[in-house]
Amino acid sequence: MHGLINRSIQCFLRDTYGDALWLDVAAAADLPFVEFEAMLVYEDALTGRVLDAAAVKLKKTRAMVLEDIGTYLVSHPNNEGLRRLLRFAGLGYEDFLHSLDDLPDRTRLAVSDLDLPELELRQHSASRYSITCSAGFPGFGHVLVGILRAMADDYGALVILDHMGEAQRVETVEVTLVETAFAEGRAFELGGKAG
Amino acid sequence: MSRVDQGQVDQDCADQARADQGRAGQRRTESAAPSGGGRLSAAMLLPALPLESMDALSPMHLVLDDSGHVIHAGPTMQKLRPDLPMAGQRFLELFELSRPRAVSSMAALLASAGIKLHLRLRDDPRTPLKAVLVPLAPDGQGRRGAVVNFSFGISILDAIQTYTLHSGDFAPTDLTIEMLYLIEAKTAAMEASRTLNLRLQGAKIAAEEQAYTDTLTGLKNRRAMDHILARLVRTGQDFALMHLDLDWFKQVNDTHGHAAGDYVLQHVARLMVDETRAGDTVARIGGDEFVLLFHNLTKRSRIEEIATRLIRRLEIPISFEGASCHISCSMGTTLSTFYDQPRPDQMLADADSALYASKKAGRARHSFFQSEPG
Repeated sequence: MHGLINRSIQCFLRDTYGDALWLDVAAAADLPFVEFEAMLVYEDALTGRVLDAAAVKLKKTRAMVLEDIGTYLVSHPNNEGLRRLLRFAGLGYEDFLHSLDDLPDRTRLAVSDLDLPELELRQHSASRYSITCSAGFPGFGHVLVGILRAMADDYGALVILDHMGEAQRVETVEVTLVETAFAEGRAFELGGKAG
Repeated sequence: MSRVDQGQVDQDCADQARADQGRAGQRRTESAAPSGGGRLSAAMLLPALPLESMDALSPMHLVLDDSGHVIHAGPTMQKLRPDLPMAGQRFLELFELSRPRAVSSMAALLASAGIKLHLRLRDDPRTPLKAVLVPLAPDGQGRRGAVVNFSFGISILDAIQTYTLHSGDFAPTDLTIEMLYLIEAKTAAMEASRTLNLRLQGAKIAAEEQAYTDTLTGLKNRRAMDHILARLVRTGQDFALMHLDLDWFKQVNDTHGHAAGDYVLQHVARLMVDETRAGDTVARIGGDEFVLLFHNLTKRSRIEEIATRLIRRLEIPISFEGASCHISCSMGTTLSTFYDQPRPDQMLADADSALYASKKAGRARHSFFQSEPG
């Protein structure tokens, strides 16, 4: 698994629960180090061990941990850069939903060896969508739910999200858009970041 | 390229143009139907393009009339000067062209149709812009306006800091937003790489340091000494190589234990660093064996002095946890000036044989290597 993903998990645990918890998790997962490097690639098994150890320590299911990671990725001040990248998708939440199809390609533009699962958006009615994420990354659907929820807050949209489970290594998330302009949302300026 | 029908433009802009420009009122408001001629037949095939369509296709455009006045500004273009309606202004009074230069009339502007224009607004903020101008079809009286389409080009990064711009300010087909996305993503990725590089560099320096350091005494180790000696020989510098071996150190170890032995070695290391200059090399190359390299020093009397002082200070008993440890040292020195072509292994062997001579002569003394037997 790419270091960026592993490091995100590490930063989530550290920023949310503190250094001590992260060190506990790293020890419980039997990591040969205590720091993932963002630009290196690690064995997939390590990621699974870290997630399981975190779930045990936090007394949550793995799915809940993954969803929290998704929320953290968008809403924590340390990840302002990532939120901005997602907000480039467009002016409204629907634009954002429609941009998900491009997400893996956009990601590859920036970090060529970071492969995200293929995402496919289907629109069933004016307000109902489903997103499928394909194999290779079990549990990514839960991360996606966290991201979608936090981005809805960011855009000020009101949505209902359901993880519909996994079938043939494809996870499906259902999105019901209740209101696009429910709340104020957070500002996004193209020039918000210097440089 | 989309075409704008001059008549349509006139019609749509009639109000503001009339308000800003007396001459706009005199313009014909019917469609500028060409009176004939093959050159204009294509124009007849294209329907007029409403301004809203132009605004959607090119939010950063200006429509000029035949006198070179702006009669319409695309919504993003107007955002560059929120307090000053561009419509009604003379184009060349708003903008300064840096390429091509010396353009001072509408005729000259029309002559630059189709080429890349480099220009900037005349008042602050003077954002540099790129543009291309295309002529409109002439009206019934042969008067030609123009459409100028702009882009920020590479100054987009400054522009998004200067103006309040959103993704909706760019045409959906415009790659500007993609480029901004890419710049931010690459910056983040570069930052992550830079962090990793810094950490690796720090680890590398630490590892190198460790690889060249004797961990017990903090002196250089054998590997470091080999490197430095090789460099001295390679660069042809004059230097002295002193091989030093502690006397009665084994007894300290045997009588007082290894902790006492380690303490004595650390003490001896400090003394040797004290007695040498900052540029000299002091290395521990074995259990109680040391090599000292005196850079640019081959004066025998000076080396003899250093050796005497070392022996005197080393012979002062060292107390460790109540025990008194007595040692001394034997030394052998060779000088680079003894050789036509000094070789590291030869010099080490010769210093060693001088050391052996000191030991044989009763220890606690210093000898120079004697090249000739006897």
